[in-house]
Amino acid sequence: MIPLSNIQRIAEDLMRKAAIEVPEDYLDGLRRCADTEKGDLSAFVIKAMLENYEAAKEDRRAMCGDTGLPRWYVKIGNEARIEGGPVALETALRRATARATASVPLRPNRVHPLWRTDHNNNVGINAPEIEYAFHPDADWIELTTVHKGGLFGSDYRMLFPGDGIEGIKRFYLDTLIGFGKRGLACQPAIVGIGLGGSKDTSMVLGKQASCLRIVGSRNPDPRIAALEQEFKEIGNSIGMGAMGFVGSSMVIDCHIEVGYCHTGGMPMSVHMFCLASRRACARISADGEAAFRTDPMWFTDYMRRTTIEWQRDAAEAAE
Amino acid sequence: MSELKTIHLDLPARTEDLHRLEIGSVAYLTGRVFTAREGVYKRAIADGAGMPAGKDALGITNFHSSPAASVNPDGSYTVGAVTATASFRFAQWLEGWFRLSGCNIIIGKGGMTPETYRDYFVPNNAIYLTTVGYGTGALLGRGIKRVAGVYWLEELGLAQAVWVLDVEKFGPFLVESDLAGNSLFERENAKIAPGLERHYAGTKPATLRRYGETDDKTKEVI
Repeated sequence: MIPLSNIQRIAEDLMRKAAIEVPEDYLDGLRRCADTEKGDLSAFVIKAMLENYEAAKEDRRAMCGDTGLPRWYVKIGNEARIEGGPVALETALRRATARATASVPLRPNRVHPLWRTDHNNNVGINAPEIEYAFHPDADWIELTTVHKGGLFGSDYRMLFPGDGIEGIKRFYLDTLIGFGKRGLACQPAIVGIGLGGSKDTSMVLGKQASCLRIVGSRNPDPRIAALEQEFKEIGNSIGMGAMGFVGSSMVIDCHIEVGYCHTGGMPMSVHMFCLASRRACARISADGEAAFRTDPMWFTDYMRRTTIEWQRDAAEAAE
Repeated sequence: MSELKTIHLDLPARTEDLHRLEIGSVAYLTGRVFTAREGVYKRAIADGAGMPAGKDALGITNFHSSPAASVNPDGSYTVGAVTATASFRFAQWLEGWFRLSGCNIIIGKGGMTPETYRDYFVPNNAIYLTTVGYGTGALLGRGIKRVAGVYWLEELGLAQAVWVLDVEKFGPFLVESDLAGNSLFERENAKIAPGLERHYAGTKPATLRRYGETDDKTKEVI
């Protein structure tokens, strides 16, 4: 049985880590941009950002003033038992979100969409979002928090099979250029593309592809992996760098996730996880101990399964 | 790669100081700035409430922002990081804003359109500074030495209130528009635009179109 008090404490630690410590994989990717960027303005921006991450860690203050919309991804092992059950777990995550908002501090960004009511704690109706996934043969739970800005850099479009790969490429370029100008998307970014599913699934997959996969990871389908690499290179050859200045630093990496969709359609979403790519993760074992990391390991063979029954052996054989 | 020119400005800035600024220069500020974003603009102008305090209290440097901050039990404030929000959304209120606030420096994200500079900034001897990367929140937070006051906290909440901040070597910022209304973003957009079309070679517009959609990549989304 995983003790509830541990979950709340670990969740609050995760909120703090996410807000303050830029993940190493993103940092390494940005350093590679710094090495290759030829545009003087774009290079200046990247240099300032690298100094900023140091300042955030030294001062233990949030790396960005817009601390985004804090949200949660929860993966539950099939054999895991949580003290108080799922309702208690959700309460613990809401408490941790509110407490961290005051203690880090984070900006209380969450307001009612119409009345603009602000509880000053990032908690409200349907906020924070909590998404769930499951994992076979495990007695742990994993918590991931993502703090992502919420105004620019994402878009959705219903494409059709006839639009093909070229149509996907075109919408990708449209989104990068439209939101890249003036740096509205706060690039260089980890770009996530969601392909297929129903409309809402396409948005969810794209968001997860940008926020829950680390820089350098590739989709297990080799043809999709090749597309990820190609799209990364296309993004960096537009001629645009940080803040939309002349340069080559647009895409730190490109991740694509797919879901089976309606036979007539090919819905697509694009998401950009920005210069403040904030995520932190912990696995909480059955005894309540936490192992912290920055790779959510969200997409697994189980998550991407294609068959009716879950057969581990079959998944391993297919690799 | 050329080194960017760096300038230190004391606030409130005099017009002759602003004349020295060239687009693309790096700027650091020392003095008083105040935050105001959509909640403040709407309340001050659309709702007719006017400014929450005079120029002596607020200064004349407006930061399109609100800090990641909290109010402590003793009434003091903890200010962590601070970064800008996108400015183009406030263009609709700028005419009244310059008249009411007397501001001559606007700090924000992404700049504004050439028309906005021409119609509102230039006649008011005002310039625009952009934050860098839009994510240097910790560096900017370090430059805040004191919270001199907070207005409309009850009315608008922490994330929309007016925060008056005394700052020292606050930055970095980039000069986006100068007193003549020249824009760094416009200059960079113009350099990038000619290279965009070739990336679209071999593609055709999406089967399902959208109302008002353009294929002119020199256009912007703001």
